Order: sequence, then C-alpha cells, then structure tokens
Amino acid sequence: MDPLLSGNVDLMTVVVVLLKVLVAFAGLLVAVMGMVWFERKALADMENRFGPNRAGPFGILQTLADGMKLSFKEDLLPEKADRFVFRLAPLLAVIPAFLTFAIVPLAGNFSNGNDGVVEILGHKTFMQVADPQMGILWMLAMSSIAVYGIVLAGWSSGSKYPLLGSVRASAQMVSYEAALGLSIATVLLIGGMLSTNQIVAGQYGLRWNLWMTGIVPFFIFIIAGTAELNRPPFDLVEAEQELVGGFHTEYSSMRFAMFFLAEFMNAVTMSAIIVTLFLGGPSGPTFGITGWISDYVLPFIYFFLKVLLFLYMFAFFRGTLPRFRYDQLMDLGWKFLIPLALGWFLLLATVRVAADQGWNLPLTVVVCLAVLAAGAGLLRAAIRNSEHAEAMAAGSVAKDASEVDV
Amino acid sequence: MRVEMFTFLLAGAICLGGALGVVLLKNPVHNALSLVATLFGVAVLFVNQGAYFLAAIQVIVYAGAIVILFLFVIMLLGVDRETDEGREPLVAQRPLAVATGLAILGLSLVALLSAGQRATGDKADLAPLNQPGPDINHLAEVLFTRYVYAFEITAVLLTVAVVGAVVLSKRTNEPLIDLDEFPEGTVVDVRRRADDAKAQDEVDADAEVVAVPDTEGDPQEGGDD
Amino acid sequence: MSNPLSDLLRSYLAVGLFASLGFILVGLLLFLSWLVRPSRPQAQKYISYESGVDPVGDMWSQSQVRYYIFALLFVMFDVEAVFIFPWATRVELYGVFGLVEMLVFIGILLLGLVYAWRKGVLRWA
Repeated sequence: MDPLLSGNVDLMTVVVVLLKVLVAFAGLLVAVMGMVWFERKALADMENRFGPNRAGPFGILQTLADGMKLSFKEDLLPEKADRFVFRLAPLLAVIPAFLTFAIVPLAGNFSNGNDGVVEILGHKTFMQVADPQMGILWMLAMSSIAVYGIVLAGWSSGSKYPLLGSVRASAQMVSYEAALGLSIATVLLIGGMLSTNQIVAGQYGLRWNLWMTGIVPFFIFIIAGTAELNRPPFDLVEAEQELVGGFHTEYSSMRFAMFFLAEFMNAVTMSAIIVTLFLGGPSGPTFGITGWISDYVLPFIYFFLKVLLFLYMFAFFRGTLPRFRYDQLMDLGWKFLIPLALGWFLLLATVRVAADQGWNLPLTVVVCLAVLAAGAGLLRAAIRNSEHAEAMAAGSVAKDASEVDV
Repeated sequence: MRVEMFTFLLAGAICLGGALGVVLLKNPVHNALSLVATLFGVAVLFVNQGAYFLAAIQVIVYAGAIVILFLFVIMLLGVDRETDEGREPLVAQRPLAVATGLAILGLSLVALLSAGQRATGDKADLAPLNQPGPDINHLAEVLFTRYVYAFEITAVLLTVAVVGAVVLSKRTNEPLIDLDEFPEGTVVDVRRRADDAKAQDEVDADAEVVAVPDTEGDPQEGGDD
Repeated sequence: MSNPLSDLLRSYLAVGLFASLGFILVGLLLFLSWLVRPSRPQAQKYISYESGVDPVGDMWSQSQVRYYIFALLFVMFDVEAVFIFPWATRVELYGVFGLVEMLVFIGILLLGLVYAWRKGVLRWA
C-alpha cells in the first residue's frame, strides 16, 4: 500500500494526493491528445502523406480542433433508441478507460531494488495515483466493465448495424479477456504480488517479466490487449465496409467524441499496463545519480519511451495489417491463445515448483516442454480424429450440402 | 458519520435499488443492468469489509462474464421489447416465486437472528479470512488445503455446464468438419468411398442388381436451401 | 482508533478523487457541448441509420446461439483464472501437492474446451 496513506494522515497528505491525482489526470489527457496526433502522423508517414499539419506546429493541436468541432455538432437521439441506456453507454466506455490509469506507476526510483518511494512535500509516496490491494485485478475489473459501454451503445441505438457491431465486439472482447487474464497469471507467478508497484519493483535491474516469463505471455498479452481495445487488426466492431460505423453509428456530437476518447485512452492505458507488467515500468539505470533526477526525470523518461514504443506498435498494426475475418479471430483466441497461455502457465508453474524443490532444472524444463508438445500433438490428433469420427453420420451430408450451396 | 458507514449505506442502497429494478422493470436489458448495479454494490460492500480480492472477482466474474452471458441470452431470444405481461407461459410460476422468496427471506432471518455472531463473526467458517493481511492469501490457504475437493469439483461443474450448452445448441445436421481444411472429406468418407467402389465391383461381378439404400439419410434433402 | 482515517479511505481515497475528476471532465465536456451545439429537429434525422434508405423491419435481429456458447466458455475460463490468481501468488506455499491440484483443475477445464472444440462449436462457420 502507498506509504503516503499508511501512516498518520493530515491535511498535507490530502494535498499530496490531490497533487498526484491532478498531475496524472492532466498527463493522461495530454497523452491521449498526443496519441491521436501521433497515430495520425505515423500513419501518414507510412502512407507517404503529410497527415495533420494545419492546427498548431506540426498539426499538434489537431485533436483539440476535432474535439471542438464535434462539440458544435447537433446531438441526435434516434427515435427508436432506449433513451436512458443510450446516454449511459458513452460514460461506461470512458470512465473505466480513465480509471485503469490510476494503478500505473509513472515514475519513482526503482533501481537497485528500491521500491519507488519518492518524497513530495516531506511525505513519502509512490508515483502512481493509487496502489489498491487488488492491484492488477483492478485493470481486469475495469476492462470487464468497459465491455458494457460497447454492448449497451449498440443495443440502445435501436438500429441494426450498431447491434451487430456490439454483439460481435462483446464476443470478441470476452474471448480475449480470458487469454489476457491467463497471461497476467504468469506475471503473478513470477512476482507473487498483485500490487502494480511491487510488480515493477520486482523487475529491477533488467529482470523484466518480458524474459522472466519467457516472452510468450508477453506476446499473448499484446495480441489479446489489441483485441480487447478493438483496434486494428481486430477492429471488427467498426468494420466500416460492413457495419457503417459499428456500435457508435447512431452517436453524434460529444457522445461520439466520448467513444473516440475512450478508444485512445484505452490505447494509452493498455500500453502503460504492458510496460508495467512486462517491461519494468519506469525502472531503468540511474547512472549513480540521486535526488530528483533519479526520482522523477529519468524514470519518467524511461516510462514514456517504453509506452511510446507500444503506441507506435498500435499505429504500426493499423497501418500494416488487414482486418481479421471473424472466424479467424475466434480461432486465434480459442484454439491458439488460450491453450498456449494455459500450457505456458503450467510450464512456468512446474519450473517454479521444481526450483523450490531442488529438482534438476534443465531436465524439468526439457521434460515439461516434451509433455507440452506431446499434449499439443494429442490435442490436434484428438480433434482431427474426432471430427472424422463424428462426421461418419453427417460427413457425406455435409459434402452434399456444400455442393448444393455452391 | 464514519466513512465505512456512509459507504455501507450507499452501497446498500445501490444493491437494493438494483434488486428492485431487476424485479420491477419491464425491459429485460434494463433488468440485466439493474443486476449489474446490485453486483457492483456487493463489490463495494466487499471492499468496505477489506475483502479486496473478492470485490475484484465479484466484478470480473459476475459483472464481466455472467451478466454478459445473460445479455447474450436476451439478445438470443430476441426479447428486447417489453415482454407481454398478460400471457404467462408457466401458470404456477408467480405464486411459487413469491412463496419461495418469502421462505428464503424467513430462513435467512431465522439463521441470522438465532446464530448471531456465528453467522458472520469470528466463530464462523470465515474465521481464516478475518485475519490481517491480504485476503487473497487467506482465501488461497483454505481453498487449496481444506476445500481441495470443492475446488476440483468446481472445475467439473464448469465443464459440465459447457458440455450441456454444447449438446443443447449443436444442430445435428451441421457438417462436423471444416470442409475448407479437409476438402477430401473425412478419413471415414475416403474409406467408405473405397468400400463403396469395392462393393460396387463385387456387385458388378455378381451381375446382380441391388438397390443400395441411402443409409446416411439426408436431413437437408429438400430442405431450406 | 487513534487514527481518524479508515482502511477504506487509505486504499481508495486517491481512486475516488481520480474517479470524480473523470466524471467532472465528462460532465464538463457534455455541458459545454450542450451550451454551444445547435438543435434543429427534423423528423428524418431521428430515423435509424440504414445507409440512407428507410429502415426495414424491427431493430433487433435475433443473435445466434454460438455467441452464447462463447460467452459460456468465457465464464468457464474467467472462473478458472480467478482460481489461478490466488494460487499463482503463493505457489511456493503449496509445493508439489498444489501443482498436482492445479494440473487436475486445469486438465478438467481443458477437457471442456476440447469437447467444445471436437464438437465443432468453436468453428465460426
């Protein structure tokens, strides 16, 4: 728990809390605006065009201009819409996106096993808005609430395309949330702590979870996270060619801007969470410097650069990858990521127990990998054979039917 | 007023309001939303009691998974519009529901009033959870030692639920293999084709005309195409 | 208690403040937009969007049963993850016994996935 609030609490403590909250709030908003601009610029670069370059230097104020333009638009409430839920849905999309950011450590000295405690106005504290006991589960809880924003937006619009988009989206999000949870479980296995601060503290000196968990959970998390954000190549929710605008087709004006805000806020938050879980958050070498530079400046620069890497990755995905088909999406989630995540979790758990019990580690790893490979082979074989056996009654029918269909 | 008390009253109000909404609102989606409100209120109550892990999984599992499942069922049945209250498919449902509800209320009241401390306090099975420290660790201690069987049976229960849903939802006349993946059909198909050819040869050899019945049966024959 | 601050506030004071800032931001944006945006009602504007032609039929279309299956499978794996978390944070405490326990648990659940897979419900046709 945050040392700021564990001791005696006076007025100054509350001031420090307020200060942190305000800084994080402003930082998040600036980051979101920056992300929209950055993504558009990066995309433009990849497509050999200029991108936004009118509003402000390098078009950096473009997001602000867009937001202002949207606020001058008429707010329409379709006649068939469910009035209350229609108004509620944008809030359910934005607020969880916003709240997830509360648990991200932004700075603090984590080098040489320090626990990231800094001192503001004579009070020791963590450089994150809050360090609740449920820790990283907070992020999972928020992302499960965020699903409602999209489901309800689509349902309450009283229109076909939004409904289709939202049903698709919710099935997609829940499918990948399982993989997300399982890859978080491997991080917990290594660190043994739910608290984001302690997860970061456990990764000091380049002992990043990225390789401590064996890279695989990292990739699972990135793929599942991208799907969770409904960003390309998993943006079937708003597949323009099929669904007009997807779940927010009927939204206009500021309510539409809310969904837009939520999407980019989620991208920023997800990048920050990836950095926290796998890349050691704000930790990095301090070159023997102490004081405010090693407490605030350097860690924040490390954190910012790491987050930027993933923001660029999201933009890169959008610029380069075509959209998945829905069946491919579901196959990837259920037939690949979830079995892989489970298998990898069991492997890591066994290695961990083996290390505790003093077994021969290399041997254990080899045996585990062999067992996993055998399991995967068996799985594949079982499914193929069973499909063959099951098809005994229906197989020829299927063939006939498919010929008729064509 | 203490913060705990205030939070308790607020969360309790959310719970009760949500519960009333579940029962009284006419639109099924609104019912489901009210249920989310109730579950969220319960999560806040857990936080209030220092059961942070329970609060998190309350939101993750109930709000994030179970109510989404309900919403899918509502959309699956297409009962989006306000349901017709005049027509009751199960006649005895209402009186039975009232009776059961009252019985449960009575039972819990009796249990609470007669047991006192034992229902919620240190003497109950919850005692290990009431120790200081993160509740996730205490929960794990009892879950993986004292309640091992319950823990494993949970897995069986979940698997049974999935099996049941698959059995109920699977249409029997659907092709069971991916024809894109196995264009030649199944191994069985290939083998049967070979067998058929052999049988045909034998039939030809015997020079005897036998009408081979279509044993497969064709549910889609003359069907909806 | 000597300290006036409760455990609840200790953990969630900052979260509460952060959340209220979020609500204030959203409320402010909506309020500003409400101040400046025009309102010129026209019956056509409130018709459901269907590529500009008159909407056909009712709004809802019955979704398919496979969404339900995926949601149910998700419930299964979500509950599984929830059981895994407490174990993953304290693996060293339960040793080999805990590992076997977890292997059995995950094994049973994998059976469910394999069953659904074998029955072809995971195939989105």
